[in-house]
Amino acid sequence: MSRLEAKEIARTLGDGVDRAAAEAARRFAARAERERLVDVAYTEFDSPLGTGRIAATERGVVSIGLPNFAEPEFLEQLGRISPRILELPARLDGALRELDQYFEGQRHEFGLELDWGLVRPGFMSRVLHATAKLPYGATASYGEVAAEAGNPRAYRAAGTALGHNPIPIVVPCHRVLRAGGALGDYGGGPEMKAFLLRLEGALGEG
Amino acid sequence: MSANATAGAAQRPPFQQFLDTHGRPVLAFLRAMVGPHDAEDCFQETFIAALRAYERMDGAHPRAWVMTIARRKAIDHHRARARRPEPRDELPEIPATERTGGLGDLDGEIWAAVAELSEKQRAAVALRFAADLAYREIASALGCSEQAARRRVADGLAELRRNIDREEVTR
Repeated sequence: MSRLEAKEIARTLGDGVDRAAAEAARRFAARAERERLVDVAYTEFDSPLGTGRIAATERGVVSIGLPNFAEPEFLEQLGRISPRILELPARLDGALRELDQYFEGQRHEFGLELDWGLVRPGFMSRVLHATAKLPYGATASYGEVAAEAGNPRAYRAAGTALGHNPIPIVVPCHRVLRAGGALGDYGGGPEMKAFLLRLEGALGEG
Repeated sequence: MSANATAGAAQRPPFQQFLDTHGRPVLAFLRAMVGPHDAEDCFQETFIAALRAYERMDGAHPRAWVMTIARRKAIDHHRARARRPEPRDELPEIPATERTGGLGDLDGEIWAAVAELSEKQRAAVALRFAADLAYREIASALGCSEQAARRRVADGLAELRRNIDREEVTR
């Protein structure tokens, strides 16, 4: 017979590996979760403005990446908690359901446990906790949120804190506007902020 | 995880990224080592062990590090199989149905011949031709010099060719 070529061996041994590897990786992630080795689980979610990402620790939802936030940056942020990060949709089933309902206008309040681990303690934490209390359809100014956090004059610092909100939508920083009613900045982009406010009926169709 | 562990270890990429990068070559390596059917179990054992030991990973050679774990899991697998009261005469035996996967002809002969190699030669051949590692990485995974790694792969390939020729003759 003709001499057996090395590339023939490589072809034979590599046949079907791609599909098997994807399946094996999924089963591995499920087993790692059962053995409680996963510090942070994440998955993708669909929104009317594109695909976002959501992550949870065993305590609760720790981060939401809006569609304009690329996956490497999202993962880098999660890396501040732990490197034991795996794509694991099962842990986020409940959160995905609530997000779907929210985007369909069917849900006005989230019942999710939250992990504030990516929020710096102090003023930032107080600003975001105050923001978490803003009801669906309502808005507040940066100054009002700053006052609620204990420092009425720190509206700029409040804006910075909101810009670093790791759990947008569920901690509704989109409900915080400029004093004159202008939208102001939003980490998820101005279109997303306008879309969310319109969805909640807090902004005219204009 | 304690703050000390974080400070002591170099920054690790998210484990998902590690899995995406090394999952395919590890599975390809293990299929050559223990056969396609049992490779999945060894794959789980390998990455569970890697996840547990992630802080202790050799950050400079992640691929060699995970392949070293995978090779150990393949050896454990053969030992466990040998201890079982099944009629198995040799350690590296892979059932014919598993190694051929229903494929005939040359594919089946290649799987059979790989299974007949010694563990050392099979590991070298699997790292080179299944996992597609460079000789530098193979040397690091096998704990030998690059020159020795080249020799082991070449010897394994020669042995494979002899085995397949012999099977050809016996037909």
